Amino acid sequence: METNNTPYYIYGINGPVIRVRGGRSLPRMSLVYVGEQRLFGEVVSSAGDESVVQIYEDSGGLSSGEPVFPTMEPMSIRLGPGLVGGIFDGIGRPLSQIERLAGDFISKGINIGALDEEKKWSVRMLVHDGDTVHGGQPFAVTEESGMVEHRSMVPPTLSGTIRDAVGDGNYTVVEPLAYVESERGERTPLTLSQLWPVRTPRPFSRRLPIDRPLVTGQRVIDTLFPVGKGGSAAIPGPFGAGKTVVQHQLAKWSDADMIVYLGCGERGNEMTQVLDEFRELRDPRSGRPLMERTILIANTSNMPVAAREASIYTGMTIAEYYRDMGYHVALMADSTSRWAEALREISGRLEEMPAEESFPAYLPSRLAGFYERAGYVDTLSDMEGSVTVIGAVSPQGGDFSEPVTQNTQRFVRCFWALDRSLAYARHFPSINWNTSYSEYYNDLLPWYRKNFGEDFPELRERIIGLLNEETSLNEIVKLIGSDVLPDDQKLIIETARVIREGFLQQNAFHEHDTYMVPANQMAMLRLILHLYDGARQLVGTGIPLRQLVETGIFADLERMKFGLGEGTDPAEFEKQVDDALEQVRRANA
Amino acid sequence: MRIEYTGLAEINGSLIALDDVEGVAYDELAEITLRDGSRRHGRVILIDGKRVVLEVFEGTSGIDLKETGTRFLGKPMTVALSEELLGRVFDGTGRPIDGLGEIYAEERRDINGPAINPVSREYPQSCILTGISSIDATCSLIRGQKLPIFSGAGLAHNELAAQIVRQAHVIGTGDEAKFVIVFCAMGIKNDTADFFRRDFAESGALGRTVMFLNMASDPIIERILAPRCALTAAEYLAFDRGYHVLVVMTDMTFYCEALREFSSSKGEIPSRKGYPSYMYSDLASLYERAGLIHGKPGSVTLMPILTMPGDDISHPIPDLTGYITEGQIVLSRDLAQKGVYPPVGILPSLSRLMKDGTGKGFTRDDHPDLSNQLFASYSEVSGARSLATVIGEDELSQRDKLYLKFGNELEHRFINQGMYEPRSLDETLDLGWRLLSILPRSELSRVSDKVLDAHYTGTAG
Repeated sequence: METNNTPYYIYGINGPVIRVRGGRSLPRMSLVYVGEQRLFGEVVSSAGDESVVQIYEDSGGLSSGEPVFPTMEPMSIRLGPGLVGGIFDGIGRPLSQIERLAGDFISKGINIGALDEEKKWSVRMLVHDGDTVHGGQPFAVTEESGMVEHRSMVPPTLSGTIRDAVGDGNYTVVEPLAYVESERGERTPLTLSQLWPVRTPRPFSRRLPIDRPLVTGQRVIDTLFPVGKGGSAAIPGPFGAGKTVVQHQLAKWSDADMIVYLGCGERGNEMTQVLDEFRELRDPRSGRPLMERTILIANTSNMPVAAREASIYTGMTIAEYYRDMGYHVALMADSTSRWAEALREISGRLEEMPAEESFPAYLPSRLAGFYERAGYVDTLSDMEGSVTVIGAVSPQGGDFSEPVTQNTQRFVRCFWALDRSLAYARHFPSINWNTSYSEYYNDLLPWYRKNFGEDFPELRERIIGLLNEETSLNEIVKLIGSDVLPDDQKLIIETARVIREGFLQQNAFHEHDTYMVPANQMAMLRLILHLYDGARQLVGTGIPLRQLVETGIFADLERMKFGLGEGTDPAEFEKQVDDALEQVRRANA
Repeated sequence: MRIEYTGLAEINGSLIALDDVEGVAYDELAEITLRDGSRRHGRVILIDGKRVVLEVFEGTSGIDLKETGTRFLGKPMTVALSEELLGRVFDGTGRPIDGLGEIYAEERRDINGPAINPVSREYPQSCILTGISSIDATCSLIRGQKLPIFSGAGLAHNELAAQIVRQAHVIGTGDEAKFVIVFCAMGIKNDTADFFRRDFAESGALGRTVMFLNMASDPIIERILAPRCALTAAEYLAFDRGYHVLVVMTDMTFYCEALREFSSSKGEIPSRKGYPSYMYSDLASLYERAGLIHGKPGSVTLMPILTMPGDDISHPIPDLTGYITEGQIVLSRDLAQKGVYPPVGILPSLSRLMKDGTGKGFTRDDHPDLSNQLFASYSEVSGARSLATVIGEDELSQRDKLYLKFGNELEHRFINQGMYEPRSLDETLDLGWRLLSILPRSELSRVSDKVLDAHYTGTAG
């Protein structure tokens, strides 16, 4: 623990990188408090009698010779009830608490824990004196929010017999609720909260295969490029392509039990927007405010860069903690490029040998370490839980060949490539159907057959086929215009247009279009192809396609999503299609 | 009394190093006395044991190793603040250069302002109308937003910025009088600064303008400090004095180049195109100072101007800027060559906050629909145009011909407008619908039938 007497002192300062001398070198990745202001920092390297510390706050005002207080312990976060609905900075300090202490601007040297240690929670105990417990076993439950029941677990490394358990009642996160007595007679207190070092993955019993998707209500994702629960996906895109909107949409509507939203080096207003909106918006399944299942981690682009590097580990540790309670957690990281740049900035100040684009050579291994913490697992107490990671990537200049995108691509199996030209045409979400992919699709197929419909794989293939045919037809159209194409090819272009404008495009800000239930997604696919089949038959008999287009049925199907969202029965649209086809057929009879 | 150190260990670019120095703080300010008695200022940027490296704001030419005195002032760089700032002109380090003497300082503040707590922020939602159709309709400016102008050398970005300053007003509020301008020039030419000064004077805005000027010939360290001084002043006026502040910063490209020069003189490992790897964080520390705070009446709206080197939007400067700012107004050389003013390229321009500050309850109900449909329809025009260059206009289908017509009308009647012609929002939106009515109704798939019934005036299909 920290003391007031310390032999360590500041020797050198270069931005957030502090060189410390005064005793034997400090353990790597251990926590230190730097200077009279006790700024929070971590040891990043040691050599001889010198340790290098990165601090998580602005170093202005520090002098050489000021004392440094080592703790010899790794950077940890206190996990327990009170996280849900909160907003924390990159090293897990509650920002609303900081606002109360320091006002509208974030000041330095505020060392407070993530949890409110005075609040009393109503606790129901699950264990009694004499019970044997093992690591990861829930021993008490609390109602953390309207949507999340908090299951406090025995720390993973602990097992033994319960002694001195309290009864149900109101307790704070630091009061001992029981003691675990090990075989050797050591007694360890159990509290509602536990400390966990953020850079260490939390243990689980085993990984399970990924067999169900994260249902997002976003048509292009659910039907074309699904991500499995416990999987990982990347959203690369240039600025303005809509990465953040996609992340927000997934955070709002996906069927995860919990969302950890990590704003890493992004705009302050975006975090404010999430806070404001998620308090208002209701979860479509439970009808509760979305904030009741959301935890926000904010390191906005003007907050200290070293804390940005730590923020993704803070977010991941929280996500794993709720996974261990048996929840399906989705972690949105926006944006991992900012994290990688923070890594680069620190690496540069440490004067390490740079690799590609001056990113450090360990970038791929750090990225792998992050994405591999995703997974669908059997927890230590035999519950199923998952962490799905969705990382936004902001490639420099929108160029996907840069190191962060390239290395990310190696560790994710789902890639939603956002496209600047689609964004310019305000085609949102601007997920390019030619360059995106999902390797999860085949694993998820049995689930889709069961829940979307037996005919889903076939419909999906035909939709993709039509889009591909359109892409190649467009090459011709660009040269000679669409007028000269034969009617069956024109039909492909018309249908593909309905697929693009009507189905793939989804207006995140439209009350009824922001989210679509799977049944309606299937209805749309069926109807579009139903029209296509009917139209092809007409065209085959020599009836000009123009006549069918003039009925306005293609435009109607493009706008069908709004109607379905408002609750119109798909059968009505089917009737419209049949009527249009019939009308044209009769006119030519 | 503080010690004065005599002599330097090293001079390199705009940096000087001293040995055997004790007890100075990172970021501390220092006063440097030259042999001839003239004074300069510097700031601590590196401490390595007893060796201290300083950046010298005014540059190091004329400094010699032996007869230079350095005195550390024991405080970081601050700028004097009070309402007297209004109407005054300062250099990049916040010293008055208009000959009117120092201002009376209510307080002095560190120019590296701390970050606004995201919890304290208020989400910006009041639309600022600029009276410019292309901006109001499709790329609306919101109070508290940071919206840069991406331009190219020779395009009319200065004229556009001046016009926005002249015409900008917020709908439905009566606090126009509280609107002030902070103008920050970084490395621009004297005539550009003069242009702005003249324009502010003509529109009567000079009395409510604060100017921080760092000209092309001024030292680069001052160029790096200038926006920080300007933003500290802006924050003070907004959050302590309740003004609505519009900060015009020009030219961010020169600022970034100064940053690069400074970084290379420090011997840092360069990143893309030689710019330092922390340029993103550095730019963010400026741009993120825009915003609104809960319970405070004022606001800081940021309009940085940058010229894209070689009109390349993927160049690191526009690229990193675009990742931080809430959208961008992109000027197009094509339009400028067609004689369109302001040459706002509608498709690459974007206002991220627009969706929450326009439409029902904010501007006019049909505003978002119109904007959406204009984008979608205008994006079809380029396809028709490139086809026309291949097969000739006559061979185009009826649909493509209509798109061609729509595109031309949009550029010449909607985007194009006079430098002194403010258009009301109604004029802009109605004009937008009239132009969309050139197209067949079935082409307008972004809008619901209800909206079309109310606004579509065309006849075809």
